[in-house]
Amino acid sequence: MTQMTFARAINAGLRKSLENDPKVVLLGEDIGTLGGVFRVTDGLQKDFGKHRVVDTPLAESAIVGTAVGLAYRGYRPVVEIQFDGFIYPAFDQIVSQVAKLHYRTRGAVKMPITIRVPFGGGIGSPEHHSESPEAYFTHTSGLRVVTVSNPQDACTVIQQAISCDDPVIYFEPKRRYHDKADVDDAVDFRSAAPMDQARVLTEGTDVTLVAYGPLVKTALDAAAAAADEGISIQVIDLRSLAPVDYDTVVGSVRRTGRLVITHEAGQSGGLGAEVAASITERCFYHLEAAPVRVTGFDIPYPYSKLEMHHLPGLDRILDGVDRALGRPNSLSGLEG
Amino acid sequence: MRRLRAIVSTDGTGQGGTKAHNSAQGTHGPAHGLVQLITPSGERVSHPEFDFWVRDITDEQLCSLFEDMSVIRRIDVEATALQRQGELALWPPLLGQEAAQIGSGRSLRPDDFVFSSYRENGVAYCRGVDLTDLVRVWRGNASAGWDPYAVNMATPQIIIGAQTLHATGYAMGIQNDGADSVAVTYFGDGATSEGDVNEAMVFAASFQVPVVFFCTNNHWAISEPVRLQSHIQLADRATGFGIPSMRVDGNDVLAVMAATRVALDRARRGGGPTFIEAVSYRMGPHTTADDPTRYRDPNELEDWAAKDPISRAAALLDRKGLLTDELQQQVKDKADAVAREMRNGCTTMPDPRPLDVFKHVYSTPNSWLDRQQEHYARYLASFGDPAGATSEEGAR
Repeated sequence: MTQMTFARAINAGLRKSLENDPKVVLLGEDIGTLGGVFRVTDGLQKDFGKHRVVDTPLAESAIVGTAVGLAYRGYRPVVEIQFDGFIYPAFDQIVSQVAKLHYRTRGAVKMPITIRVPFGGGIGSPEHHSESPEAYFTHTSGLRVVTVSNPQDACTVIQQAISCDDPVIYFEPKRRYHDKADVDDAVDFRSAAPMDQARVLTEGTDVTLVAYGPLVKTALDAAAAAADEGISIQVIDLRSLAPVDYDTVVGSVRRTGRLVITHEAGQSGGLGAEVAASITERCFYHLEAAPVRVTGFDIPYPYSKLEMHHLPGLDRILDGVDRALGRPNSLSGLEG
Repeated sequence: MRRLRAIVSTDGTGQGGTKAHNSAQGTHGPAHGLVQLITPSGERVSHPEFDFWVRDITDEQLCSLFEDMSVIRRIDVEATALQRQGELALWPPLLGQEAAQIGSGRSLRPDDFVFSSYRENGVAYCRGVDLTDLVRVWRGNASAGWDPYAVNMATPQIIIGAQTLHATGYAMGIQNDGADSVAVTYFGDGATSEGDVNEAMVFAASFQVPVVFFCTNNHWAISEPVRLQSHIQLADRATGFGIPSMRVDGNDVLAVMAATRVALDRARRGGGPTFIEAVSYRMGPHTTADDPTRYRDPNELEDWAAKDPISRAAALLDRKGLLTDELQQQVKDKADAVAREMRNGCTTMPDPRPLDVFKHVYSTPNSWLDRQQEHYARYLASFGDPAGATSEEGAR
């Protein structure tokens, strides 16, 4: 067990994968000599060589498109998209090729590609550096989409993603990169909880609070604050966004009867909408109130001095909890 | 009839070969001439650089190339007929591009890997793709006709130019493996405007990987003429990326073969990528759904008919006394047999089963999709037809 930062934990997981499978190659901008703009790949090129940790020219579609070719050749590419807002030039290759080649070729061609994406806001960056584009990808069949919320998962799940024969988008909450925790990098990813399984973080009886990625920490803080007021919240870290582990969420909501979902991404057409709909379908007779979404607004990611208004914080989440509980809240008195 | 002269650029300065006949020195640099070894009237004209690369081609092999081109034209005609008869939903004809496809396709080794567009059915034929598999996609029975690894050819790409990146990535893999095979990617003149093709050239040049960019300039991207894509010759675009390029008569099967061999040889010896512009003409529509009379001057078609790749090969064989009645009968019989086999395979192809719609989306269990499949199976079963609701292999 070693104390390490979130970024270092991903680095440890990448190192394990590079050690265990000679077919694993890393591709991305600035990931070699520099070690990545967040230093997530620090030291890997030095130890594994320029052919396994490849500094690429600046072209996202090509980074993903050549990963497709490498996968055709039997490689297991791990691609870094430097920032969430830079992924769109690669959108076509991800959606039309990475996601569909297994289906297109009736299973003949596997696409074991992992696309690492630092995502989310809260770091005071200019435009295009703080986005949460996960819903584009959860809506694309053929992809698996996961997020991690803590260093141990970061280390384990990256290895699971790389070993998965299906393509995986691996979202890294960049504002948590410097959070530290004890990590056991010797954990065998094969015997750890599968990456498509959600995790119940706190036992609670009044409200189910679903979060993922950067907001898991905020959700836990909210649960602790609510406990002071005698409200018992069950926090679930969704981990996998496609597919969502509904069995775990359903199990919780059937006990609490109330659901709050929170994410940084905008509300409309977001993952919260999907979770709310699915849980309503499956738990309608157990629900005591309509599911509540506490999310970013349907706006372009704002300039940094306003970003804390956009990002759901502890108080906004608790306001949502109050709404789910029918307690006085900011929308009390409003219809619909 | 206007006769093309064999002109070869000799003004290149960079990219010399390490050996005598890696001459293609003239293949680097702007203002490419058109490499031609057979004139439209069937005259074999000598060429100081490119003759070397087809010096081993025997009369028998020439006859074989003629047969290949005739057979794929027959495949094309038969598939077009199948579409007109309602057996295929759509077909992208290659009429006029036979020399470009056979000349290059027959130059490849089995361990080379092809990433093509949807029009390279002649190349697929060279790779040994089953005739029925050629029409599987166009009948709507599958999204891809064959297992790429069985013939070392990816299934045709519909997104314009996307496959050039796959070829470049595959070539990065070849380079990592220390192998001497080559990734060959086919695309059209329109594709050269796509970002992916340009990015592929950047990556290929940067990493010096063994990839051949084979651009068939058939002059039309549906209704858009090549002059809308580029103000310079397409071969010259490669120069800006530092990639040696050639401009060959794409209706001349020998010239195409020579150019392809130059490119393959360079790639195998670690010399990196090459760009080939094969100048040809799409004599038919873009697909069977297209009507080129809305945008093309019929005189243009007439001009190109005079440069027809198969007539040209036949004229060469005739000059050499090889175009015997026996050969012509043999080629016709082969083409007819191939067409019959393809037609039969097409019309007797079993329909997919309803739950096949869920197959192969993922290679590992997926709770969302498994649930949707289960629900749809119940829905189908509710009509009292449980046989139709099940598939032989399940979801994966």
